[in-house]
Amino acid sequence: MNDVPATPAPIVTSVPETKEIPAPAPARISIRRLEFFYGTNRALKGIDLDLPERQVTGMIGPSGCGKSTLLRVLNRMYDLYPGQRAEGEVLMDGSNLIAPGIDLNQLRSRIGMVFQKPTPFPMSIYENIAFGVKLHERLPKAEMDERVEWSLTRAALWEEVRDRLFTPALGLSGGQQQRLCIARTIAVRPEVILFDEPTSALDPISTLKIEELIDELKQDFTIAIVTHNMQQAARCADQVAFFYLGELVEVGSATQMFTAPKQKQTQEYITGRFG
Amino acid sequence: MSATIAPFAHPPFARPVRDARVADRLSRHRRRVDITVKVLGTLATLLGLLLLASILLTLIWRGMAGIGITTFTHITLPPGSHGGLLNAIVGSLVQTTLGTLIGTPVGLMVGTYLAEYARGSTLGNAVRFVSDVLLSAPSILIGLFVYTLLVAPFGGFSGIAGCIALAILVVPIVVRTTEDMLRLVPISLREAAFALGAPKWQVTVMVCYRAAREGIATGVLLAVARVAGETAPLLFTSLGNLNWSLSMTQPMASLPVTIYQYAGSAFDDWVDLAWAGALLITFGVLALNILARAVLRRG
Repeated sequence: MNDVPATPAPIVTSVPETKEIPAPAPARISIRRLEFFYGTNRALKGIDLDLPERQVTGMIGPSGCGKSTLLRVLNRMYDLYPGQRAEGEVLMDGSNLIAPGIDLNQLRSRIGMVFQKPTPFPMSIYENIAFGVKLHERLPKAEMDERVEWSLTRAALWEEVRDRLFTPALGLSGGQQQRLCIARTIAVRPEVILFDEPTSALDPISTLKIEELIDELKQDFTIAIVTHNMQQAARCADQVAFFYLGELVEVGSATQMFTAPKQKQTQEYITGRFG
Repeated sequence: MSATIAPFAHPPFARPVRDARVADRLSRHRRRVDITVKVLGTLATLLGLLLLASILLTLIWRGMAGIGITTFTHITLPPGSHGGLLNAIVGSLVQTTLGTLIGTPVGLMVGTYLAEYARGSTLGNAVRFVSDVLLSAPSILIGLFVYTLLVAPFGGFSGIAGCIALAILVVPIVVRTTEDMLRLVPISLREAAFALGAPKWQVTVMVCYRAAREGIATGVLLAVARVAGETAPLLFTSLGNLNWSLSMTQPMASLPVTIYQYAGSAFDDWVDLAWAGALLITFGVLALNILARAVLRRG
């Protein structure tokens, strides 16, 4: 266990062959000189990163490197906690999302988030979806029904739950619960979806379903996903960003990052030598 | 910043050797302590059960003798004229219900404030401390407080004063359970709701209350069970009333006060009725407790 082979076999053996290099897309969100502090602890150091429109950006790096922190900056989740603050710019449609005066509820309706653990609300499946929609729209019953079906279908869950929409969501399996959380997020019709290790609590089959889903969702949404799983990053992401100790070490297309990383640290991390 | 990773290595540890005799002695000692604690615990439990069973059996024995149809159909009457407890039962129901209805919303709001808005704040800690003091304050103090507030200035004992006194007892119980239950709602659930763009009040009302529903309901039921048997706060407020009265501005009868008045009397039929009343309260409260537990277990 203690020996590191001199030339380690890469953990990620290949990026899927079918994966074409995505056409350069305009940035949906541009992060500029972003700094983040937990009290006095500087957790993000001068991050510059673009999230290309309708592409998946994978964020990788060892625990504590700041990738989840970055996600929580994008939807201002850190605002819930006193003592946490961000500096710099996160630009979306020309406005700085981390500036004071931004309407957080509207911002979070435009930038949705799916968490590590499935978090269904203690209510029915239908109500779980309707909860978020009702926050931002007034829909007649028929349209709400449509929206619930649409979002559950997009989240590949409709067929499994169509007969029990009004049963408690907590009765679903873990993988179903996570897809429900995804459905709940897309029902609000955000422009960007943040995934914070969405499959780390799930079994391989459920993981596969979520990954297929993410691949599908990028037709309509700009996606950022934090993951500890190299294969997942290789499979899902178009662009991959590697973080270490609060810094963005390298960013590039998934193919380039996993086959020809420019930085030594990136190479060592993706081949499993540290992290 | 460099990420040169040194090979993971450290000098081998000397393998510690276990002394079999020491281990033996420790093990025997542990067993002795184990048995002692078990015996003492069991004895204490048996003693408690014995006392409880003796109280309950006496209560049932004496209470069943005094209870009959007339207990529920007649009001309290002079000795020897086959009176019942109707006015006391109804008075207790009215005052307990109103007291709970007044105290619960206040307690719910304070508990919500403590759990959702005042975590770690000085004001929050002060409120929590005062509420806890109130929780263990002698209930006769509450009665005297309401007496000076609502009885003395208005020139008479009244049902509403009794309700307020009971409500004041309900508040700290509901505050504590509400705060405890809301604190148990995982942070991840709140974050998930916030992430959909929900404002704070909706996160609290739509998500946290739902998640804590059973626990909060249990707290309310426990509060009801507590105030249903309270005598002291009512002695100085609603006083008790031997006649039929539903007026909230007049003195109002209640089971605990009637028991208090009848139990010490010289008339056998009054003493019997006191036992009957005690039985009714005990089983009412017992039923509520069982209900509360059933609700909690389901949640």
